[in-house]
Amino acid sequence: MSHSETHPQVSYLEYQGKYKGILGWLTTTDHKRIALLYMYCIVVFFFVAAILGLTMSIEKMRPGQDIMNAQTYNGLFTVHGIIMIFMIVIPGLAAVFGNFALPLLIGARDVAFPKLNLFSWYLYVIGAILAVLSQLLKGGAPDTGWTFYVPYSAGSSTNVIWALTAAFILGFSNILTGLNFIVTIHRMRAPGMTWFKMPLFPWSLYATAWIQVLATPIVGITLLMVIAERVLHIGFFDPALGGDPVLFQHLFWIYSHPAVYIMILPAMGVITEIFPTFSQKPVFGYGAIAISSLAIAFVGYFVWGHHMFTSGISYWSKWFFSFLTFIVAVPSAIKVFNWISTMYGGSIQMRPPLLYAISFVFLFMIGGFTGLFLGALATNVQLHDTTFVVAHFHYIIFGGMGFAFFAAIHYWYPKMYGKMYSDRWAYIAWGFTFVGFNLLYFPQFIIGVQGMPRRYFDYLPQFQWGHMLSGFGAFILLIGLILMAWNLIYHVKRGAIAPANPWKGVTLEWQIASPPTLENFEEIPVIKHNPYWFGTEEEIKREKKSVTRNT
Amino acid sequence: MSTEKHHISTYMSHGVVLTILLALTALSVGMAELHFGAFSVAVALLVASVKGTTVLTYFMHLKYESMFTRIMVGGVFVIYVLVIVLLFFDYLFR
Repeated sequence: MSHSETHPQVSYLEYQGKYKGILGWLTTTDHKRIALLYMYCIVVFFFVAAILGLTMSIEKMRPGQDIMNAQTYNGLFTVHGIIMIFMIVIPGLAAVFGNFALPLLIGARDVAFPKLNLFSWYLYVIGAILAVLSQLLKGGAPDTGWTFYVPYSAGSSTNVIWALTAAFILGFSNILTGLNFIVTIHRMRAPGMTWFKMPLFPWSLYATAWIQVLATPIVGITLLMVIAERVLHIGFFDPALGGDPVLFQHLFWIYSHPAVYIMILPAMGVITEIFPTFSQKPVFGYGAIAISSLAIAFVGYFVWGHHMFTSGISYWSKWFFSFLTFIVAVPSAIKVFNWISTMYGGSIQMRPPLLYAISFVFLFMIGGFTGLFLGALATNVQLHDTTFVVAHFHYIIFGGMGFAFFAAIHYWYPKMYGKMYSDRWAYIAWGFTFVGFNLLYFPQFIIGVQGMPRRYFDYLPQFQWGHMLSGFGAFILLIGLILMAWNLIYHVKRGAIAPANPWKGVTLEWQIASPPTLENFEEIPVIKHNPYWFGTEEEIKREKKSVTRNT
Repeated sequence: MSTEKHHISTYMSHGVVLTILLALTALSVGMAELHFGAFSVAVALLVASVKGTTVLTYFMHLKYESMFTRIMVGGVFVIYVLVIVLLFFDYLFR
């Protein structure tokens, strides 16, 4: 019996399984529906955390106390950080677009463990509920910052344990997703799809998944140790109990620096899918991009100490971590050169996904270059714990992962919903988002260099111009985000019907219906070409010769 | 892309591995009384590594997996060793 006989060929959005309606969604094991469940949660939490960020910006538009007191401000930046990092940025691209696109890109019907996939989402929801409760329960929102640095977090009277438990559970959700992806990529690639015939988004998810599986348990145990220290008074990290606070920083950053690559590697993967599609030519340097993902993941394990240059670690450790930090820039630069080279000589269509992808490269480059200032020992001491770090971090995470998320949703939206959004509104939303983002964060580089500390509720009047510009930027950014959300939500029902392949993409997801059926492929495809094959071999050779001649 | 191979371990082999793991756990506890000084963490990690390797090899069937998979798991172990070495490197030179 063929698959089409066992499962009627309706889209995954229309498919009625054992349960209908909401219950059908809450019990689904379909990777595409689980991706959407993640996406809806993440978008809601994103707007909550963005509003928190906006109120922080409003408070700082003038020196002194305006709309909140110092303790509320401490709670706000902690809550903003915990939601953004643990509930949005870390799961973000992998859980949403990894879940949606990975099986489609490798020619599989689902991930390897569909029930475990749904369980991961439930763990995510439980962790998210605990994180929200930590803000609302008696005791007050945690005020430690998302880094939970000991000894302060061991003694703070706020709801730190709730937040730690939430981060622990969210971490487990992440581990299980990573495990699922590793097995899926190893075991479920379509016949003929060798490792080097696999698209590059799965390559980046594969590198990410190894970090998720290997690094996340370390922070899980570390957070449990803080809980044990608070509850049982075991002296792991608190000097008053005989512990070592620098050990906490080591263990925290052994995970949390690779976590930056959990955030950014899938972003790079998304961008790598978009450039060839909208340039209508094969990706430049396929092998280099694939291997650079693994190289980033590998070297990324050994650079955590650059977060600790002022914490009192040894001279030789500083030297070593600084050196490795510069090394990790190499594979990142390889990717950027390859993206630009992919566009070179291509038939470029400047549609919204490509606009966001190019913005990603621009913002990620600013974030990357300013990271070199922080990786260098001498400048790090000057810039440590200033708003320069905040700006750098947001250029990497929001400018990088955030804009890649926007690029991904604009790219795969027709496949997800079978509808087209308005390009015009997408361009307008992009304009607000891009201008607002830069106005919000770029001034923080400058006042940071001038000495404005991060996480400060009040400041000297000389920094007001920077905070004032940031405040205006935050409003403009929020307008852009609202416009983008409206454009995408409105057109789910009212958009024009999307064809199966609106962007003329060549990877497997564009060869099936929009939206896909429950099991994606009626027959599992047999792979013969590399994933970015746009024509005959002769055509590709001719194109290469022409590019070389022009060069 | 993979050819599935299944291997069913015997109860006897599971029992032997379980006994070894319990003995190593007892050894871990017992060593806390022996006071190895600066090497106490290293010795504890060594015993934990032996336990981990045993679990991977027999309970998680690594013994019956392809060389590719074994090399990958070996790579993971190398990463952990490097992380721990770097961590203690800081304490050594501080």
